[in-house]
Amino acid sequence: MRAETDVLVIGSGAAGMYAAIEAASEGASVLLAERSLIGRGGATVMAQMTVAVALGTETPDHWSHHYRDTLAAGRGLCNEPLAQLLCEDGPECIRAMDDWGVGWARKDGHIAQAMAPGHDRPRCVYVDFLNTGPAVSKTLRTVLNKNAGIRKAGDLCIVELLLTDGEVTGAVALHLGSGAPVILSAKSTVLATGGLTRLYRRNSASANMGGDGYALALRAGASLVDMEFVQFFPIGHLAPRLIGMDPIMWDPFRYKLGGRLLNNRMEEFTQHYGVAEDGKYVITRDVGSYAILKEVEAGRGSPHGGAYLSFQHCSATALREAFGPVIDRLAANGIDLTKMPIEVAPIAHYHMGGIAADPQMRTDLPGLFAAGEAVGGANGANRLSGNAITEALVFGRRAGHSAAHHAKRTHAMPDRADNGQAALGLTVASSSSDINTAEMVQTLQATMQDRVGALRSQVGLVHALDTIARLTSELGDAPPGDGKRFDMRRIDWFDLRNMLLVARAVTEAALARTETRGAHQREDFPQPSPDWALNQILRLQDGRIVMSAAAPQASVAVAS
Amino acid sequence: MTEHATLKVWRGLDVNAGRWEIYEVPFEPGQSVLDGLRWIRIHRDPSLAIRFSCINANACKECMIELDGKTVYACTARLQSGEMTLAPLSNKKLLRDLVTEIAPPAERFVRS
Repeated sequence: MRAETDVLVIGSGAAGMYAAIEAASEGASVLLAERSLIGRGGATVMAQMTVAVALGTETPDHWSHHYRDTLAAGRGLCNEPLAQLLCEDGPECIRAMDDWGVGWARKDGHIAQAMAPGHDRPRCVYVDFLNTGPAVSKTLRTVLNKNAGIRKAGDLCIVELLLTDGEVTGAVALHLGSGAPVILSAKSTVLATGGLTRLYRRNSASANMGGDGYALALRAGASLVDMEFVQFFPIGHLAPRLIGMDPIMWDPFRYKLGGRLLNNRMEEFTQHYGVAEDGKYVITRDVGSYAILKEVEAGRGSPHGGAYLSFQHCSATALREAFGPVIDRLAANGIDLTKMPIEVAPIAHYHMGGIAADPQMRTDLPGLFAAGEAVGGANGANRLSGNAITEALVFGRRAGHSAAHHAKRTHAMPDRADNGQAALGLTVASSSSDINTAEMVQTLQATMQDRVGALRSQVGLVHALDTIARLTSELGDAPPGDGKRFDMRRIDWFDLRNMLLVARAVTEAALARTETRGAHQREDFPQPSPDWALNQILRLQDGRIVMSAAAPQASVAVAS
Repeated sequence: MTEHATLKVWRGLDVNAGRWEIYEVPFEPGQSVLDGLRWIRIHRDPSLAIRFSCINANACKECMIELDGKTVYACTARLQSGEMTLAPLSNKKLLRDLVTEIAPPAERFVRS
């Protein structure tokens, strides 16, 4: 099967959907390809609450204040032009979403803005109750559906980007619904594939966030930046078992109600790690994750290996007012917050690193653009709360615009890509291997969690590289299975091929960075080093990951 | 306090030529049917086809199946001791095992 389009957008979270809408509004034909179902599979739909933006509806604000907070959270590594774009264009995109009916929560007739850690003032908009992600997804999907110029296609697993004389000219995909290969010819291609949280055992995103965009970009010859910076969200739900809720849900609870983080002596402990909370929610994600893991290491963890989070100081009325029906969902899980603390622990949440792109969202390959979490650098070594959805919308819009303009300047569609036969060959290849691919995914996730997680050391990282190499060799050169529709081992094989390459990139970058900064915490190098105020750039050469370091991009001019 | 569920799972590519397979699945009280299906893939048979994205949040709405004849989300239905019968949605086109074609027609690559 094949299809032709001006702009191919890969991934249908907020970044991909906004890119598709923007490219279509510029007159380009668009094919929006999604691994799962349109608007359902990425990280956007999982977002619980906050979206940071300098609207100034709650208190006066200006994008430059948001920008200053973003740079401070990024610990000196932000790509400043990208961070500036995020903060400066944020208000316009948030208002566009409001016009499209997303339903940002209102207070006294204005859009409500909540205070979140790392921000100097209330800046985060949201949709009640814990409905930000679903509302953003649904709104963009509705806009998509009104646009005849956008063709939508779910169940497409992208196998390889197509290259013609060094230019990206589309992709080869596996159509999961039939098992057949598909050639997608495109003048411009946008990678909006999100992050890599699936590499970790405990994660807060969907099962298809295995870093495939990073792997596709690397294999095509594009550069990645700062792959060592995986954000761990400190208070992911740990126990008791809670179903039908995202593990990230305690974040909004803390925004609205404060809450107390306690060790197994029922004592607050974050003050010993430099941040006294006093019942408020002020600890940033990197410090919070570190503090909890260190308490556990010292034998002061909760029974399941985390910390307690208590809202026992809140009345039933206050809880009900803040979270309405969510309180009933907790009750169905046997949780009464007025009577018991719950257990929380760090959980892989977001990737600061990613595909190197300029503020036009151009990668270093002609014809290839990136958007959203797939882009590296805007958030430096640690992302500020609330910047992810803003980034998805802003970068998505910009990528769609750039991709449409690139497509207009490109006249001919090549009928033969240089790597087309090899990529197609892989989609129809078959090995008789009896590997247990699901178990391999689990092994990789355990290794990444335990050795390349929130606390790292040389010994652990080297061990992880050994495991990754062993799994890569076990995977072999051709996928197993019968090649018919929804062949799970075959799908796992293509996922693992990407996941193992990306895991290697993260681990090698983490091993090279001999310091502690933001989300990258080295127990054997516990201090930040001024010599490491650098981004690490990664490329793939002859199957090896080659790294170099460069000073972060500085902004040209900044208002204050 | 590990308990065991007996999951009777429909397998096959053709709605008229399927088979039932039985799996004993250990679980802690509170775990979901999706937890059980993921356990089967890792420990018994990685070829078992299931569809899900968000794992636990009930946000993606992809994991719909029939449990003892009733449509449920596998991520919010809880495992129970004893036999539980899991089948693909009977009102949707079968793809494989527990996976059916649930995308709206306008969101499919092949509009069948």
